[in-house]
Amino acid sequence: MILSATAGHPGFLSPTGVEIAFLLVGLATFGAAVVTVTTKQLVHAALWLVVALGGIAVEYLLLTAEFIAWVQVLIYVGSVVVLLLFGLMLTRAPIGRSPDADSGNRWMALGASVPAAGALVWVVVDAFRTTWIDLDGPAQGSTKASGEFLFRNWVLPFEALSVLLLAALVGAIVLSRKDRQDRKDRKDRPDRSDGRTAGQVRPDTRARRTGPDRTERPAADREDNS
Amino acid sequence: MHLAYPAVLAVLLFCTGLYGVLARRNAILVLMSVELMLNAVNLNLVAFDVWLRDALHGGQALTLFTIAIAAAEIGIGLAIVLAVYRNRGSSDIDSLRDTAETDDAETLPDEVDADAVRDTTADQATAPAGKAKKAEATA
Repeated sequence: MILSATAGHPGFLSPTGVEIAFLLVGLATFGAAVVTVTTKQLVHAALWLVVALGGIAVEYLLLTAEFIAWVQVLIYVGSVVVLLLFGLMLTRAPIGRSPDADSGNRWMALGASVPAAGALVWVVVDAFRTTWIDLDGPAQGSTKASGEFLFRNWVLPFEALSVLLLAALVGAIVLSRKDRQDRKDRKDRPDRSDGRTAGQVRPDTRARRTGPDRTERPAADREDNS
Repeated sequence: MHLAYPAVLAVLLFCTGLYGVLARRNAILVLMSVELMLNAVNLNLVAFDVWLRDALHGGQALTLFTIAIAAAEIGIGLAIVLAVYRNRGSSDIDSLRDTAETDDAETLPDEVDADAVRDTTADQATAPAGKAKKAEATA
């Protein structure tokens, strides 16, 4: 699609080395992304996501944004994918092929995403047909330049971001600790004579006690082991 | 470098993530697709920042902020998914239909159960029955 779209431009016939590298890495990234959203093995999807995110990091390097490339490697490849793998393990994801990885509306999803991709590629190529990025000169995204613009012009958003990270930390802890409270309630439940009436129990707690999935809930057992 | 290369790659990655969000059933796979969409936007931001040679480097600063927000989002999202998995025993987002108004059989046990919960002196027999009906309607 890239080849046919830019074939009319004379610059395409003599691509620079950076363009060839960008094209090859971009094809690998796109292929890895497609495998990520189509594979039926959940752990393989996370591992192909590593390839896609690493490819994007290489694209950042080719665009001379070095600092963002290493941030991408550290945060996305290093922590986000590990978090996703932990999530897959904690939700007892099947190791082999799971036939129900895709929902029933995958053809509708295909019908939504493919025309969107076609229209957007057409618009983007038509808009930027004669636009070139000048990659010469000093690197615009080196660590020195990044530190300067980040701590000279963007200090306030940077500090606000730390507050957001703190809020996310507290929120994740709260979401995880809520279950402990529920388990305490569940332990109190067998003897009804502790003065606790039914009205004091929260509705969601009761939903969990009486639901049919109570027997097939392995998470509580797993937490007892840990 | 031609600007169309990163722009087209970002478009393709975004639409791949869009397909993943719409077509996947496991909640963690949906989160992975959301990460792909965020990365497509980041690639666009970096490419246009390098092209425009912005004095403030707003594109790269916003990319860093987006990466941090995505990290926070994935942490909260996984905490929510794990909480849902503890409650329901599955991370299948197609089965989370508590707020759907698609069928009368789903809404009627909800109302019965809501009355039972609101009445604090309700006998213990009817409330679990209503909950069980609701649960099998949503299972």
